[in-house]
Amino acid sequence: MIVRILGEGQYEVAESNQAHLDELDNDLVRAVDAGDEEAFVRALQALTDEVRKVGQELADDAFVPSVLVVPFADASLEETRRLLAEAGRSDEG
Amino acid sequence: MGVMKRMSGIFQAKANKLLDKAEDPRESLDLSYQKQLESLQKVRRSVADVTTAKKRIELQAGQIQQQADKLQQQAKAALGQDNEALAREALARRAALAEQLTELQTQHEQVAGQEAKLIDTAKKLQAQVDSFRTKKETMKATYTAAEAQTKIGEAVSGISESMSDAGMSMQRAQDKIDSMQARAGAMDELLASGALTNLSQPVDDIQAELDKVQSTDAVDNELAAMKAELGAAAPSAQLPAANTPAAPAEETPEAGS
Repeated sequence: MIVRILGEGQYEVAESNQAHLDELDNDLVRAVDAGDEEAFVRALQALTDEVRKVGQELADDAFVPSVLVVPFADASLEETRRLLAEAGRSDEG
Repeated sequence: MGVMKRMSGIFQAKANKLLDKAEDPRESLDLSYQKQLESLQKVRRSVADVTTAKKRIELQAGQIQQQADKLQQQAKAALGQDNEALAREALARRAALAEQLTELQTQHEQVAGQEAKLIDTAKKLQAQVDSFRTKKETMKATYTAAEAQTKIGEAVSGISESMSDAGMSMQRAQDKIDSMQARAGAMDELLASGALTNLSQPVDDIQAELDKVQSTDAVDNELAAMKAELGAAAPSAQLPAANTPAAPAEETPEAGS
């Protein structure tokens, strides 16, 4: 599956890594829900590190959509909240 | 739903809008290419904006440094005239400027970081544009309308996603710049007015900051050091007033001789 880290690029990640990525993603969701900036920064760091570690970076001319998108590696909690709010709006539209 | 899945939804929605605009999916390839070119132009402009902002910070830091040096001389001169209160005021203003300088350094690092990222974004986008220019023609020639539906849809979605990513990167850089522009503008005015180094006049804008550092140890220590220096150098030397310009030797009217 293809995973994008915003501001960095796309990675091809084997399906076998999905479960672990989901776990890390859940940590991120919990931090966002709790409004815990410190936990958020930690969780985002762990998630981006993992994607870079297990993923194979795609060439610039790959032209494929991503299944999963990770926020900017240095994103703040507030910024991510705004993005997710936008995601909610585009679901409706 | 997880963060990653929700985020990918944003991009898919944007890609769908792009695809919906073209009746024949093959048309959406040209449309995507057009958007790609526009996007590349925007990123390049954005790089220029960020570079300008960076230069402004450098310029301002230089001006602040100059005024800080001037205040240092004024403090020394005031002390030479036994006006400790004035020397203290000058040093306090200088301390406030030093804080501004530290902050500017942090801003400079941030803006330089944004600049590097955007340059990278522009490079990637350029590579994509170059590659897609030929690839889209191959796709148009190779795929039947039926095949095109899925294959082209995928390519267009991928491109749309890259452009959205680039767009968001630009927005981030712009936000960072905007937040420092207002502050920089106020500081420019203050620097241009010369109010900072006019010690007879209080500076309301930074007064609060000054009050904070007025009696700090740093200022006390500097005063003591300065006194010691003055005492050691020339106990009764007549120091020039801080604003006295250097002797205008080059202005003597001897040009015609």
